Amino acid sequence: MLILNCPYCGVDAEETELAAGGEAHLKRYGPGSSDDEFHDYLFMRENPKGVHFERWRHANGCGKWFHAARATDTLEVFGTYSAQTTEPPQEIREAITAKRPGWTWREFE
Amino acid sequence: MKHYSAFAVAREALRYHTGWERAWRSPEPKKKYDVIIVGAGGHGLATAYYLGKNYGIQNVAVIEKGWLGGGNTGRNTTIIRSNYLQDPSAALYEKARSLYEDLSQDLNYNIMFSPRGVIMLAQTQHEIRGYQRTAHANALQGVKTEWITPERVKELVPIINLDGPRYPVLGGLWQERGGTARHDAVAWGYARACSAMGMDIIQQCEVTGVRQENGRVVGVDTTKGAIDCDKLGIVVAGHSGQLAEMAGFRLPLEAVALQALVSEPIKPCMDVVVMANTVHGYMSQSDKGEMVIGGGTDAYNNFTQRGSFHHIEETVRALVETFPMISRLKMLRQWGGIVDMTGDRSPILSKTPLGGCFINAGWGTGGFKAIPGSGWGMAQLMATGHSPLTEAFTMDRFKEGRFIDESVAAGVAH
Repeated sequence: MLILNCPYCGVDAEETELAAGGEAHLKRYGPGSSDDEFHDYLFMRENPKGVHFERWRHANGCGKWFHAARATDTLEVFGTYSAQTTEPPQEIREAITAKRPGWTWREFE
Repeated sequence: MKHYSAFAVAREALRYHTGWERAWRSPEPKKKYDVIIVGAGGHGLATAYYLGKNYGIQNVAVIEKGWLGGGNTGRNTTIIRSNYLQDPSAALYEKARSLYEDLSQDLNYNIMFSPRGVIMLAQTQHEIRGYQRTAHANALQGVKTEWITPERVKELVPIINLDGPRYPVLGGLWQERGGTARHDAVAWGYARACSAMGMDIIQQCEVTGVRQENGRVVGVDTTKGAIDCDKLGIVVAGHSGQLAEMAGFRLPLEAVALQALVSEPIKPCMDVVVMANTVHGYMSQSDKGEMVIGGGTDAYNNFTQRGSFHHIEETVRALVETFPMISRLKMLRQWGGIVDMTGDRSPILSKTPLGGCFINAGWGTGGFKAIPGSGWGMAQLMATGHSPLTEAFTMDRFKEGRFIDESVAAGVAH
């Protein structure tokens, strides 16, 4: 079972306590954007076999949204971090690099 | 290829079964093929088969990373039905279901198609309205389904408990000619027929790159070397995104785990397929007597081909209420497959931005039932550039707002 540490309440929450919220750090497009931008924003998702960044909610707990860095091919969790950021923090990136040198995800590496 | 028949069984019985030959050859790849299909699952093999049978294109290779039929083709719960809401889906799935009817004769391979009937239970008021709507839609589409009462459900499924406190059975959508087939046999039958036409099925051969010149595909790089081709079909389910990346485009897909389990074998107790979409569970009894149970998908991206235990618990807990007798069953095996989900829960059968490259993906949780129709349409698309079966399922439908929205129509279990 997947266990994620909620960065707000500090609980190691099991999968049943959590609600998956999909890809993290989406850039939102508003009025005036092109069809392609809207299409990608609405339907295109990163689908990596490897390092992935996601939004999760501690639904049956403190109720807060947070971010998680995971590997989709091993279910390994690299770390969780605040929802109040537009990109993965440095310590999370370093934690991933320690185990997966050379990883990339969207524009991050 | 030696013809399978009752006479052949008798002949071999007299010589201690020493005369059977391998069902398909395992050749080394040639330098060049007219068409390469990546993925020797049901959909890939069916595509190759109908390319040869309907269009005479027999210089074909089917390349497989693992072993033939070892992905979702060998992991699903073998349900066949075509009671979909939207016209393009109903046309495609009904084509598949009707091809299943005499596929054993067509392939000369017993795929054990069993049109035992499929019930989708209505357990909420919302589902009653939804399934009645689907029954009306099916009548217009020429797909034979009917809305049945709880009493009729009980007649068809004596082991069911209609009066569950949380999930009472309020009726059902009944498709009499739905049912099951032996999933492995579908892949094996197509593989044998393809091999007999001279096609090469190359297993243990992973595609590592898609070679292109001037915007057209010219071949693939594999772990067994480079192979040239004029046309390429990508039919790889969970790994469609990885193949698309090699070919230089993106797909609106996410891969998640879907799991299933089987019980110990018991005496015959249920001779129809029952799906309960409100509680994310469905069940049928295999010819061996095992109760075959499927559940919902995990909610997050996953490539590990195993599911999470709490989903099994949820599925079984709900089914135990509707089928109290299964509470005494021991479960034998549990497994997972990686399904590729689109935003509207309908597949993608499409040309791609790369010339000569075609994609067949996004079957999500319901690909097995569609294998013959998918192969039929995909072969037509690849051979002629257009197929009425697949024309609604292009990959640009999201941008154009032409969703084939079955995520509402089918509840969840597809």
